[in-house]
Amino acid sequence: MSRNVSIKYALDWTTVIFYVILVVMGWLSIYGASYNFDQSDIFDWEQRAGKQFIWILTAFVLGGVLLLLDYKIYNYFAYIFYGAVLLLLIFTIFAPSSIVPDIKGSRSWIVLGPVSFQPAELAKIATALVLAKFMSAYNFKLKNWKDLLPLALLIFIPFSLIILQKETGSALIFVSFLLMFYREGMKGIVLLIGVYAIILFVVVIKFSIIPLQPEGATLGIILAMGIIVLTQFVYAFFYVKNRKEALIFLLGIIVIAGLSVLLHQWIPLNYNFVALFLVVISCIYWIFVELFNRFRKYWYIVSISLAAALFSFSSDYLFNKMLESHQQIRIKVLLNMEEDLIGAGYNVNQSKIAIGSGGLWGKGFLNGTQTKLKYVPEQDTDFIFCTVGEEHGFWGSTLVLVIFWLLLMRLLRIAERQREVFNRVYAYSVVSILFFHLMINIGMVLGLMPVIGIPLPFFSYGGSSLWGFTMLLFILLRLDASRLERLT
Amino acid sequence: MINDTLQNRRYVIAIIISVVLGIFILRLFSLQIFESKYKEGADSNAFLKKTLFPSRGLIYDRNHTLLVYNKPAYDITLILREIRDLDTLAFCKAMNIDKSYFINRIAEIKDRKKNLGYSSYTPQIFMTQLNIEDIATIQQSMYKFPGFYVQKRTLREYAFSGAAHVLGSIGEVSQKRIENDNYYKSGDYIGRDGVEYTYEKILRGTKGIEILLRDAKGRIKGKYENGAKDIASKAGENLTLTLDIQLQVLGEKLMTGKIGSIVAIEPQTGEILAMVSNPAFNPSLLVGRQRSKNYSELLHDPEKPLMNRATQAQYSPGSTFKLIQALVHQQLGGINEVTRYSCNGLASSPIRCTHSHGSPVGLLNAIEQSCNPYFWNAFKSSVEKDGYGQKNMLFKKNYTDWRNTIMSFGFGKKIDDSDIYEQVRGNIPSENFYNRCYGETGWRAITIRSLSIGQGEVLVTPLQLANSAAAIANQGYYISPHLNKNDSMQKKIHHTLVEKKYFLIVIEGMSRVFEYGTARASRIEGLEMFGKTGTVENSRGKNHSIFMGFAPRENPKIAIAVVVENAGYGSVYAAPIFSLLVEQYIKGKIERVELQERITKIVTNTNVKER
Ligand SMILES: [Zn+2]
Repeated sequence: MSRNVSIKYALDWTTVIFYVILVVMGWLSIYGASYNFDQSDIFDWEQRAGKQFIWILTAFVLGGVLLLLDYKIYNYFAYIFYGAVLLLLIFTIFAPSSIVPDIKGSRSWIVLGPVSFQPAELAKIATALVLAKFMSAYNFKLKNWKDLLPLALLIFIPFSLIILQKETGSALIFVSFLLMFYREGMKGIVLLIGVYAIILFVVVIKFSIIPLQPEGATLGIILAMGIIVLTQFVYAFFYVKNRKEALIFLLGIIVIAGLSVLLHQWIPLNYNFVALFLVVISCIYWIFVELFNRFRKYWYIVSISLAAALFSFSSDYLFNKMLESHQQIRIKVLLNMEEDLIGAGYNVNQSKIAIGSGGLWGKGFLNGTQTKLKYVPEQDTDFIFCTVGEEHGFWGSTLVLVIFWLLLMRLLRIAERQREVFNRVYAYSVVSILFFHLMINIGMVLGLMPVIGIPLPFFSYGGSSLWGFTMLLFILLRLDASRLERLT
Repeated sequence: MINDTLQNRRYVIAIIISVVLGIFILRLFSLQIFESKYKEGADSNAFLKKTLFPSRGLIYDRNHTLLVYNKPAYDITLILREIRDLDTLAFCKAMNIDKSYFINRIAEIKDRKKNLGYSSYTPQIFMTQLNIEDIATIQQSMYKFPGFYVQKRTLREYAFSGAAHVLGSIGEVSQKRIENDNYYKSGDYIGRDGVEYTYEKILRGTKGIEILLRDAKGRIKGKYENGAKDIASKAGENLTLTLDIQLQVLGEKLMTGKIGSIVAIEPQTGEILAMVSNPAFNPSLLVGRQRSKNYSELLHDPEKPLMNRATQAQYSPGSTFKLIQALVHQQLGGINEVTRYSCNGLASSPIRCTHSHGSPVGLLNAIEQSCNPYFWNAFKSSVEKDGYGQKNMLFKKNYTDWRNTIMSFGFGKKIDDSDIYEQVRGNIPSENFYNRCYGETGWRAITIRSLSIGQGEVLVTPLQLANSAAAIANQGYYISPHLNKNDSMQKKIHHTLVEKKYFLIVIEGMSRVFEYGTARASRIEGLEMFGKTGTVENSRGKNHSIFMGFAPRENPKIAIAVVVENAGYGSVYAAPIFSLLVEQYIKGKIERVELQERITKIVTNTNVKER
C-alpha cells in the first residue's frame, strides 16, 4: 500500500481537477443538448446524458487503473502497443461490416455488442508512446531532415491507415506531432513553411474566382506570386540585410511587371505566366547574389520560392479540377466565397446562429432553443460547444476556453519538469493532440475552420473519445507521478 | 547543452496556444455580443409564428338581411428551407398544377423584388384560395411533401348575385400597400374596391399570432411558454349598409339588357337605398382562384362592367337640370313665380321647343312641358340681370353666382365626405374655363346657352342627380349620400344656396309632370310622385333616357335618378323604372307586374352580357 500513498502525493491534482471540471461541464452540456420537453431525467439510461454518465464513471475507473499500473510498462511495451494498434487498424479496414459498420461513409468503428470504439483513438496514444520511445533513444538527436524521416514514417503508417478508414478528421490530428517535434529540436522553419503554405492556399483559392483576363489568368495566382516575391524582398532586406541588392531587386521586379503590361498591348500575355516568370527570374537573381557575395543564405529562399510557386499552381489546379464539388463548396463556404445555407454551409450557419443567439449571459441552462430543437447537427458530439455558447453565452464559452487554456498551460509545465526524455516527448504529444482537437473543433464550430468532424476533448458525447482522452491524460499523470516515486 | 535553448521553445508553444484561444474568444465576442443577426436567425428558426387570421366582418342590408358572409378557403404555404427531397412531379400532380407553374411560382417567391418579405425560414404563400373540395384531396398527400403546409383562410360568399359595385371585392394585397402599411404581409387579403375597400379597417379585424416551437425537421414541439406570448385574433366588425336589397334587386332586374344606372336615396338621411350600375356581374366571380381570370375578362369587356356608372359615369343632365335651374334662377332674381316667356315651339330661337303648348308660359307650365325657350330666357335673365359691365365683369360675376348656387346642390365636385370612394367630379364649367375657350370678353349668355337646358359642358353623375332630387325633396338641404347605416353619417348636412320658399313651386311643377306632362304614363293611383324626364342628346348614338324625382311630398321617403344610355325618350324608359322603384319601396310590392315585365324585357344594347 505504500505505493498508493505515494501516488496520492505525487499525482498532479491540479490537472485532475481541470479534467473533472471539463468532463462534468461536458456532461451537463450533453444533457442540455439532448434535453427534450418530454423527458428530463439526467440519469435516464436511455438518454444520452444518462449514457454519458456511465462513460464518465467508467472513465474514472480507467484513469484510476492507469495510475495504479507501473509507469515502466509504457516505455517497455511502446513498440508492442504500437504494433498491436496498427494490426487493429488494419483489421478495421478489412473486418466484415457486422463488426465494422459503415457510419456516415467512414468505417472506423469497431462495434462489439453494446460497446463501440474507434481504434483511431488508441492510435494517437500508441503513436505518442512510440515516438517518445524512439526519440528517447540514447543517441537520437532531432537536428536534420534525415532524423525526421523515421519519425515521419512512424506517423505516416497509422495516418494512412486511418485515411483508408475515411476518417480524415482523426488522421489530421497526426499533424499535431509537428508541435512536439518543434520542441524537440525540429527547425522552426518547418512550422513557418506550414503557415506559409496555408496562406498561399487561401489566397489562391479565395481569389481564383476572379478571372482577370480572357487568357485564364486569375487574381489568386498573381497575388500568390506577389507574396512569394515580397517574401524574398523581406528576407533579403530585413534578415540577410543585403539592403542594396534587395532594393535593386524590387526596382527590377517593378520594371519587368510594368514592361509586361505595356507589352500586353501588342502581344496578349497570360499574366499568370508573367507572374511565374517573375518568380523564376527573381530566383536566378538571388542565385547570382549568392555566387558573387559568397553568402550561403539564399539557397533556402530560392528553393522555398520555387516550391511555393509550384504549390500555388497545383493548388489552383487541384482545387478547380480535382476536388469534387461538395469538397470545393466546403472550402468556399469557409472562405466566405459562397453562401450555401442549405447544403455545406448549413451546419456552420446554424452553429453560428446558436452561439450568436446566446449573447452575453446565455439563455440559461436547458433554455437553448437552437440546440434543443435540433437545429445544430451533431449537437452533442462535434458541435457540443454550441450548447455552451447558446445556454451560457459569452461568459460561459469563454470560461470553458479559459479552463482548456489553464489545462494546457499546466500540461506544458508538467512536460518541462520531466527529466526523462520519454516522459517529456509524451507530454508534449499530449499537449499537441489536445490543442489540435481544440483548435479544429472550436474553429469549426465558430466558422473559422472547415467542417472536420472531430470531438471536443472531454466534452463530446461518446465513450470511445472520452476513454481515449482519459487514457492519453492519465498515462501522462502516471509518468509524471513517477518523478517523485524514484526519489523515495 | 542543446536542451537549454530548446527549453525556451515552450514559450513559443504557449504563445501559439494562447493566440489561437485568444482568436476564439474574439470570435465569440463578435458572434455573441457584436452582431445581432444571429439572435434573429435563432428566433426565426425556432419560433413558428403562425398567423391567426380573423374572420372578416359580415355585411347586412338596412333590414338586416345578410348580404356577404364567409366560407372557408385554404392556402398552400411553404417554408423553402424545410423542403427536402421533393418529388416535383408527384407534388404537381397532387396540386393539379403543371410543372412550369410550379417552377415559375417558386421563382416568384424567391424574387425579393416581387416578394418583399421573402425568407427561406418563414412561410411563403404558394397557392391561395383553394376551396374545400380542392383541399380534401390535397390534404391526404400533404405528408409526402415536408415544408408545405395548409393554412385556413376565409373567402367571401354572397347571398345575392347583385350589388357587386357597392360591395366591392377582396383580393391579395398589392406590393405597394405592403410597403406603406406594415399590417399586411404578402398574400394577405384586402378590400380592393366598394365598401370592402372603404371599410377595410372595420371589416378586417386584427390578425393574431400563435408562437409554436419547431424543431429542425419542422415538427411542432408545442407552444412557446404555453401560449403566454400568443395574441388572439379579433374578428372584424359587421357592417350594416343603407341598401334595401329588395329595391336593389328590382333595380338590377329592370336594367337588364340596358346600359345605365339607378341611384335611390332616402332624402331625410342621405342613405343610399339602391345603387345599380349595368352591365354588372355576380360578385362571386371575383372570389377565389378564378378571380384573376374573371377580373381580366371583366376589365377587357368593351362595355366596362367593372365601372360603377352610378358614381363614375358622367352625363349631361338634359331637361332634368331645369328643376335646379328653376330654383337657382328664382334665388338669383332672374325669374319669379309670375314671370312668363313666350314660346314659338319648333320655331323658337335660339333654342327651339320640342313640345307643343300654349304661349306665353309661366314657371309651372314650363316645368310641366319642359319648355326650352322659357329656361333659356330665365338663364339669360339671371346672368344678364346687371348687363355686361366693363369687360363683361358684371356678367361674369353673375355667372359665377349662378355656378356656385348650382354647385351647392352637390354638382361639379366629388362628395368627399361620403364613404363612396369611386367617384368622378362631374362638371359645372367655371368662368376660367370659358375665358380659356373664348377669351376674356369673348363669351356671353348666348354663347353658353345650352347650359340653360342641361346640355353642353355641364356633366353630372347619377349619384349627383339623385342627391339633387333629395335636396329638392328636403326643400333646401341634402345629407351626403352614403352606404354605411351608422348614424354619424347623417350629420353631414349641406344646405343649398336656394331658400326654402322657392322650392314649393318647383315641386308643384314636378307633380304636374306626372299629372299632365311627360311622365303621366307612369302615374300610380293614390301615390303622388314628383319628377322630371330628360332626353339627352349625345355624340354616341341614341339619346340617353333620364329621370329624376322623389315621393311622397310630405316626409319624402325616396329620391331617385335613373339613366338609361342610348335608349331614347326619358318618358319611355327612365320614368317607368322610377315609378316601379317607388312602388316597390313605398308599397312594398309591385302591382303593375305587366309593366315590370315589359321594362325588364327591353333590350337597348345587345352587347350587355348577363354575368
Ligand atoms: Zn315651349
